[in-house]
Amino acid sequence: MSLKDKLDELHQRGLAEIKKSTDLKDVNQVRVSLLGKKGPITEVLRGMRDLDAEERPKVGAFANEIRDDLTAALAKRREELENAILNARLANEKIDVTLPGTPVAKGEPHVIQQIIDQIEDLFLGMGYQVLSGPEVEEDKYNFEMMNLPKNHPARDMQDTFYITKEILMRTQTSPMQARTLEKHDFSQGPLKMISPGVVYRRDTDDPTHSHQFHQVEGLVIDKHITMADLKGTLQVLAHELFGDKFDVRLRPSYFPFTEPSVEADITCFNCGGKGCNVCKNTGWIEVLGAGMVHPNVLKMAGVDPDVYGGFAFGVGPDRFAMLKYGVDDIRNFYLNDVRFLTQFTKKG
Amino acid sequence: MKISYNWIKEYLDLDVKPADLAEKIERTSVEVDDVVTPSAGLKKIVVGHVLSVEAHPDSDHLHICQVDVGEDDPLQIVCGAPNIAKGQMVIVALPGSRIADNVKIKKSKMRGVPSAGMICALQEIGFSDDVVPKEYVDGIYVLPADATPGDDVYDYLGMNDSLIDLDVTPNRGDMLSLNGTLRDLAAIYDKPVTLDQPEVKETGDAIADQLMIHADADLAPQYRMRLVKQVKIAPSPMWLQIRLWNAGYRPINNVVDITNYIMLKYGQPLHAFDYDKFAGQDVYVRNAKAGEKLTTLDEGEHDLDDHDIVIADDQAPIALAGVMGGLTTSITDETTTVAIEAAVFEHDHIRKAAQRHNLHTDASQRFERGVNRAGVQDALDAAAEMMTDLADGAVQTGTAVGSDNVPEPAVIPLSLTHVNAVLGTDLELAKVVHILESLGFKVVTAGEDMTVTVPIRRNDIHIPADLLEEIARIYGYDELPTTLPTGRMTMGTLTSAQKLMRATRHSLEGLGLNQAISYALTTADKAKMFMMHSSEETNLAWPMSVDHAVLRMNVVTGLLDDIAYNTARKVKDVALYEQGRVFYREDGNDRPSEEEHIAGAITGTLMPAGWNQPAKDVDFYQIKGIVEAYLKDMAINGDVTYEANTDMPEMHPGRTADILVHGHRIGFMGQVHPTTAKKFKIGATYVFELNLQAIIDMPKQENQYDVISRYPAITRDIAMLVPDEVTNDQIVALIEKRGGAFLQSVKLFDVYDGVKVPKGKKSLAYTLTYQDKHETLVDDAVTQAFEKVEKRLQDDLGAEIR
Repeated sequence: MSLKDKLDELHQRGLAEIKKSTDLKDVNQVRVSLLGKKGPITEVLRGMRDLDAEERPKVGAFANEIRDDLTAALAKRREELENAILNARLANEKIDVTLPGTPVAKGEPHVIQQIIDQIEDLFLGMGYQVLSGPEVEEDKYNFEMMNLPKNHPARDMQDTFYITKEILMRTQTSPMQARTLEKHDFSQGPLKMISPGVVYRRDTDDPTHSHQFHQVEGLVIDKHITMADLKGTLQVLAHELFGDKFDVRLRPSYFPFTEPSVEADITCFNCGGKGCNVCKNTGWIEVLGAGMVHPNVLKMAGVDPDVYGGFAFGVGPDRFAMLKYGVDDIRNFYLNDVRFLTQFTKKG
Repeated sequence: MKISYNWIKEYLDLDVKPADLAEKIERTSVEVDDVVTPSAGLKKIVVGHVLSVEAHPDSDHLHICQVDVGEDDPLQIVCGAPNIAKGQMVIVALPGSRIADNVKIKKSKMRGVPSAGMICALQEIGFSDDVVPKEYVDGIYVLPADATPGDDVYDYLGMNDSLIDLDVTPNRGDMLSLNGTLRDLAAIYDKPVTLDQPEVKETGDAIADQLMIHADADLAPQYRMRLVKQVKIAPSPMWLQIRLWNAGYRPINNVVDITNYIMLKYGQPLHAFDYDKFAGQDVYVRNAKAGEKLTTLDEGEHDLDDHDIVIADDQAPIALAGVMGGLTTSITDETTTVAIEAAVFEHDHIRKAAQRHNLHTDASQRFERGVNRAGVQDALDAAAEMMTDLADGAVQTGTAVGSDNVPEPAVIPLSLTHVNAVLGTDLELAKVVHILESLGFKVVTAGEDMTVTVPIRRNDIHIPADLLEEIARIYGYDELPTTLPTGRMTMGTLTSAQKLMRATRHSLEGLGLNQAISYALTTADKAKMFMMHSSEETNLAWPMSVDHAVLRMNVVTGLLDDIAYNTARKVKDVALYEQGRVFYREDGNDRPSEEEHIAGAITGTLMPAGWNQPAKDVDFYQIKGIVEAYLKDMAINGDVTYEANTDMPEMHPGRTADILVHGHRIGFMGQVHPTTAKKFKIGATYVFELNLQAIIDMPKQENQYDVISRYPAITRDIAMLVPDEVTNDQIVALIEKRGGAFLQSVKLFDVYDGVKVPKGKKSLAYTLTYQDKHETLVDDAVTQAFEKVEKRLQDDLGAEIR
């Protein structure tokens, strides 16, 4: 048998043994037995000494070829077996992906805060400042400078928690109008502000009344502000809070600090304006009060009403939240049942 | 005020449905609460003629009636009303009918006797108890004798009318009357309206010989009386009763009904006195005297003082002016001479009197808003005229006038440019003038300038802005353009304080706490718990309840109330934070100062048990971790330290720490004292409260880049036994101070205080990490530094290195 034939046979036998190997240990043994220092191929190569000088390189090359092929076959078999082992392990590691995820601690902003933030962001984008004032106010700012002198009948509309005759819990965020007007330097540009905050009324708490609730006051004063601007601004607000398909309409009303005074209604979101229980079949829901700032308010704050004028509006975030989410009891906002607080999780 | 659609139509030629009219009023004038047609929802309710009435054999109060309802055969109806009688025309709910509250009437048997329907009281077909004439309150109603059996009853009772309930704002006193509403509607629909003019027939003697009025014009700018003799008190005719009950008034008798009717029509409250009960012929309008008393028509007794305005005769008060008449001089069935009072009282006095005596009447409501001072005589004449027509009265000649003070009408300059500049419109002069004239205002124009004279009845209009509202509402708010303010640009940015408050909320939410908003008004006890420094409390003068009577001086108690609310509802795991104000007051100041605080409270577990992890109840170190993470987010530029505080009465003495920045206390945290927790009915709860204003005001560390060392770090662990009194802070401070230049961090990894440690000692173990930013550290350098630390720990803190 020639060396070449011997190599051929070794080659075939080696491939067969590799194929037969069933685990990594087998593969290793096959490798050692075929390619090891004492293995048959080494032995064959050792026998090359007896060959002609002419034959030697040919057989040498052939032997290398066979060794490379067997090495590759071994590597391939090793990879196959490794893969099989890995796959078996992975199959074993299968889990139920429908089991719930591990809980993480996560808190939510209060729903009223969310509405206030939304209003703030809208008006910041339109160049308004956000100002907050004291919750304990002077009668002067809460009422008198709002054109509600003592004994004004409209004071009855707002039952007040007094601390002393002159000091009270603010019943509205409007006092910030007067406080800001007093200070504003119109040579630096128009006054555009909103003032969110907590307000207090002498009410007994029930599903629709709370002695504490929120308000966002808005005020724009410049030389050429119109009632049409008020209408447009309220429309932007309604679209931001409720959606573009909501319309705004104005109705006459009365507030001592605005003239003309209006209430603004928006399309009923329960029925889309067709008429239902929620909107008492009118298709509209009252959401806020507004108007053109009364000249007396400007005058009392030292602003010339013949030169400057503008609009003001007051929004109730509690009412908005109740309407928007169908909250049936205003007390939910202040009792802080965690099951209530964690319902409003949508961000953005 | 409920206003009748049919009554309006008598004067105005309108082709609109009641609901549309109401909508128009709401859009243009005043709010409308609702529109009601009393017959709506009722079915098969007809006139019945009672042919016979027999006693029920098995009942002491039921009657068996045969009732003609316009069909071939009479119906047999069992009736329990005490006032049923043969020959009456009655209200019959036929079998299959629907009466009030959607109740269906069927044929039935009553104590064995078949009954085909029901004879009804007014309440049973939807009338309020308050408007049913007294004689019919406890029985069935008897219709006029000329009613036709079988006819629907609705028209007989005015129930097919529609009633529009106006919610009149305080400025529109003029709308509290038919005439005022008609004037507004005339402008809204741009149609002419002609109002009735009274025509009095004076047939008696001169009033001056019978009545003399002495009125203080400051109290009553208008005070007039007429005298009507020989009146015959009787029920009012049906049409008048219908007007009244549809407006919400109970018909009483012709004289009283006329006064109410005139008030509805003219907006002028009237009062009818029984003249014969006067002591003397003189009537005084004056302040009450201390000690005087008056029993009003409703039999309420009132102690008067000099703030009250009274009408008095020679001896005593006979009416609380503008609010309610007195009982002694009231109209009775025996009255023959009526003194009709028409007056205007000073609104401020009336408002206060109504409040003081808790007596809010339709009259006081109108006087508070202001009554037309130029229309007093008309209303008085109209009432006198009706007393002639309906009570055969003889009106005495002349009017007794106690005061006659009519203000000058308001004359207001207005320019077209101003109108359009404020409304954002492009109205023409003619349009503006037309709108104002349609409201009954007089307009004189000079170019684009107008001079507007306002009728006295519109006492709400004084300045150009008031006219703008009139123009805008009549022109229509829907017609206004929709624009946004233009002009100089302004920046809309949050202040740094506002940004920090937002960041505070986001940080705490990220740390697992839900935002709560609790009540700032609380009990006196809670207001002064968990105080961070001493302060006077601020009390409400007239709280609604003790639960909300004092301004809080801490935020934590509100959160504990919230936890109690959750606990009571079996919600065990609660993690809340609140950002809000506390109110500190210095002695001598009425007004407290307001300080922003941030507080948190956790009970149960922050992370609920899952199927793959057990719940871990909140402890001190978890709340501390939250506070630490939050303060890190706020990037306070300075050392934050925590010192045990054993002295807060509401806090666990061994588990409470003060939170200090640069040595200044800005808050506290720890476990609520079990006794306090018990008071709130809550379980173990951990809280913190921080002065947020202080955090806002502190200097902040700006973000900056620090090179991350490319060279390896070397760590050394050290475990030691120290006496119990030695704190972690002391050890860490010492290690940091003596650790050498390359010490990067000191991390506690074990605390052991168990049986293997001698009593009075504890074991602490730390990992010290060393690193050089510029080259690889040599082991020797670390060993040297580490040994130095070991020695200091032994020497300074008595540590036993293990």
